[in-house]
Amino acid sequence: MNMLRSAIALLLLVATPLRAEVQIQTITSPGGTDIWLVEEHSLPFTALEIHFEGGTALDRADKRGAINLMTGLIEEGAGDMTAQEFQAAREALAASYEFDSYDDGLTISARFLTENRDAAVDLLRQALNEPRFDQDAIDRVKGQVYAGIQSQEKNPNRIAGNSFYGAAFGDHPYGSNDSGTIDSVRALTREDIVQAWQDTLVSSRAHVSVVGDINAEQAGAVVDALLGGLPKAGPDLPPHVDFGLTGGMTVVDYDTPQSVALFGHSGIERDDPDFFAAYILNTILGGNGPQSILMEEVREKRGLTYGAYSYLVPKDHAEMFLGSFASSNDKMAEAVQVVKDIWADVSANGVTQEQLDAAKTYLTGEYPLRFDGNGPIASIMVGMQVQGLPPEYVVNRNDYINAVTLDDVNRVAAYLLKPDQLHFTVVGRPVGLETTQ
Amino acid sequence: MFRRLITAALIGSAPVGAAADAVTAYTLDNGMDVVVIEDHRAPVVVHMVWYKSGSADEPVGSSGVAHFLEHLMFKGTEKFPEGSLSEIVAANGGSDNAFTSYDYTAYYQRVAADRLPLMMEMEADRMNNIWLTDDFIATEREVILEERAQRTDNNPGSLAREQMMASQYLNHRYGVPVIGWRHEMEQLDLADALNFYTNYYAPNNAILVVAGDVQPAEVKALAEQYYGVLPREDALPPRFRPEEPQQTAERRLTYVDPRVSQPYLVRSYLAPERDPGDQSDAAALTYLAELLGGSSFTSVLSVKLQFESQIAVFTSAGYSGGSLDDTTFALSVAPAEGVTLSEAEAAMDAALQEFMARPIDADRMEALRTQIKAGQIYGKDDVEGLANQYGALLAQSLTVQDIQDWPEILASVTPEQIKEVAARVLNRDQSVTEWVVADREDAK
Repeated sequence: MNMLRSAIALLLLVATPLRAEVQIQTITSPGGTDIWLVEEHSLPFTALEIHFEGGTALDRADKRGAINLMTGLIEEGAGDMTAQEFQAAREALAASYEFDSYDDGLTISARFLTENRDAAVDLLRQALNEPRFDQDAIDRVKGQVYAGIQSQEKNPNRIAGNSFYGAAFGDHPYGSNDSGTIDSVRALTREDIVQAWQDTLVSSRAHVSVVGDINAEQAGAVVDALLGGLPKAGPDLPPHVDFGLTGGMTVVDYDTPQSVALFGHSGIERDDPDFFAAYILNTILGGNGPQSILMEEVREKRGLTYGAYSYLVPKDHAEMFLGSFASSNDKMAEAVQVVKDIWADVSANGVTQEQLDAAKTYLTGEYPLRFDGNGPIASIMVGMQVQGLPPEYVVNRNDYINAVTLDDVNRVAAYLLKPDQLHFTVVGRPVGLETTQ
Repeated sequence: MFRRLITAALIGSAPVGAAADAVTAYTLDNGMDVVVIEDHRAPVVVHMVWYKSGSADEPVGSSGVAHFLEHLMFKGTEKFPEGSLSEIVAANGGSDNAFTSYDYTAYYQRVAADRLPLMMEMEADRMNNIWLTDDFIATEREVILEERAQRTDNNPGSLAREQMMASQYLNHRYGVPVIGWRHEMEQLDLADALNFYTNYYAPNNAILVVAGDVQPAEVKALAEQYYGVLPREDALPPRFRPEEPQQTAERRLTYVDPRVSQPYLVRSYLAPERDPGDQSDAAALTYLAELLGGSSFTSVLSVKLQFESQIAVFTSAGYSGGSLDDTTFALSVAPAEGVTLSEAEAAMDAALQEFMARPIDADRMEALRTQIKAGQIYGKDDVEGLANQYGALLAQSLTVQDIQDWPEILASVTPEQIKEVAARVLNRDQSVTEWVVADREDAK
């Protein structure tokens, strides 16, 4: 077999004083798929991650939930094996395959032993390339999806999300629950599921990483076996969409003792030059657990919540700056006010040099610790590919963090944090809060 | 989606052992146990201190105090005041947290390996020198009440489980929730927290687990330097808990909560745990759980209730042998649309009867043995997971030898053993059956 090595970059991840080494090889399989590989032969197994760009946002018109349902059916029989036969074969190999889909991607996390790698890969190949979508499996998994949807309808966090994202994104796929509704799922046919499979598992949209007891030639063969038979092109990705919610409050009545709040406004793109400054800003504001301003003010000082967090959410087709917390119904109003005040204060006055330095030491020290196993490394490498980052990023990333100045962070805080644009969606019976017009 | 829960449960219950060659254990002169697990692939260390005291060791009437103290332990010491413990960990690029269970309270930091001495210095300091005032109490009590609201009061499944455990245990403290009963949590004060601290936070009641890119000899020297100097607590209370009496009556509960989206039933049986030098019943029960409900495709309950009939939308079995005292073996079934809980329970019991009457499928046994073996390999990819297992099991009175014997004990389990222990444990007189519904109308 002819292995075309388009590039071999041996990278050392050295973040003083740490001495981690992650040697990333970037190779191209004989079939033409780019693969990021880390050879780690000390344990006799391999972790494989595949990420197909697109995800449930590719659901066709009136077919909401098709890709989610299809994802649940990939492991329900393939080739000449029924669902039970397929799973019995997988269990006998002690391999694991996890399939998941979300707005922007469909992901496969697999791990398999060296001693039966060929058989484990062939089983996964059949799942991806020859799924059966038998009617009895469709009916059974639909039953599970209905149960999931019903559960979401009574889960305050999901109720908040459905309300918030629906108002923010309307008819765009981001605006609706990707499980679909009971009605939309009930109407899905086998043809719809086959279509969803062809639309989503598209080889040109696949990003692949392999970590473990495997070499470049073997990795190339594995990836070609898995992806070689899939469609090369898929339907257009959805368009970019602006965050459509304006400042205000939406209260969704739900009889439960503790209200949950989801809040936010528009955000920043992952490839914006200011992204690192925004990332550090979020770390200080609500990204870094107990050390964040939100945790200090809402939990530590006032005991209004068990946890308050903020998140930068750069999706493929929209950007958000979000946050969440839960407070007992009689405390929610005060907690909301504290969060609003923090937002206004940091937007107007910025953060301090001390806060910035603490965030930098945390972020730069924490980064190398993430590379602590085959599974985590495979996952990180596929994430980098999805974000369009080069392998060198693992070496340079801490330099990007360290290059951010206090002026950068506070300049970004001034335009990115928009106190008057902050929309809160609160689910529960919060005392003293009402939906604004 | 229920499916993902099943997958997670299967992986979570995968029996994992650790290679003997990567684990070093010793005891300091003051009685503190030390376990070092080496993994040199990444320059990371997980540093944990496990106290062999948890919620089941709390005084009657002060439920939640073990967990409350766990929160207060982050307030600081004279040397590291005002939350600076966590700040210092973060400033060193690490993260820290803690957790409380029935049998233990544990504190950990995950940090670059060369920062280990600092972590030890801080953790050793707060073992002896916690500095608490009444100012902290009121606010932090609000935080744990919000935590209870988030984890339990806002979650009908958690509330249902709380009631079930209270019925399962007639005398033992496992019947009281780890987070505490709300009315008792509201009364917790500084004295309650300090009493628990004074009684139990001592080196001879603690286990140090250090896992990652470290050498055992270096860890030993550091442990002696930082922890070895702490005084032994000679007045450590004996670890005596009220034991369960003979249970002779089946209990049946109905939990009604409009927030329940999917009716389901749970059957919980009192079951033996892993004991020092005596783990074979627990090993057989581990297989029994896998055979009955570990796989959503090939286990008895899924085959009978989801494939051969469409009685259920979800089935599972759960058993974890890690426990100081008697634990539970649980089955659960969520009926499909149009199926009543009575019908689902009858189908579950029929499936159990049929399992007992027939030989155990040899292929399934073989597949489980393969998965156990593979679990040891996959488990080594996660050194933090190994550290957690060692810490928990040691705090639950097992020895390092017991933990290292476990894979071999699992591998040698026979179908006859499984049948024998199943006949003994699946005893309705020692069981609780709970129906969880949104409306009393659904309880039929």
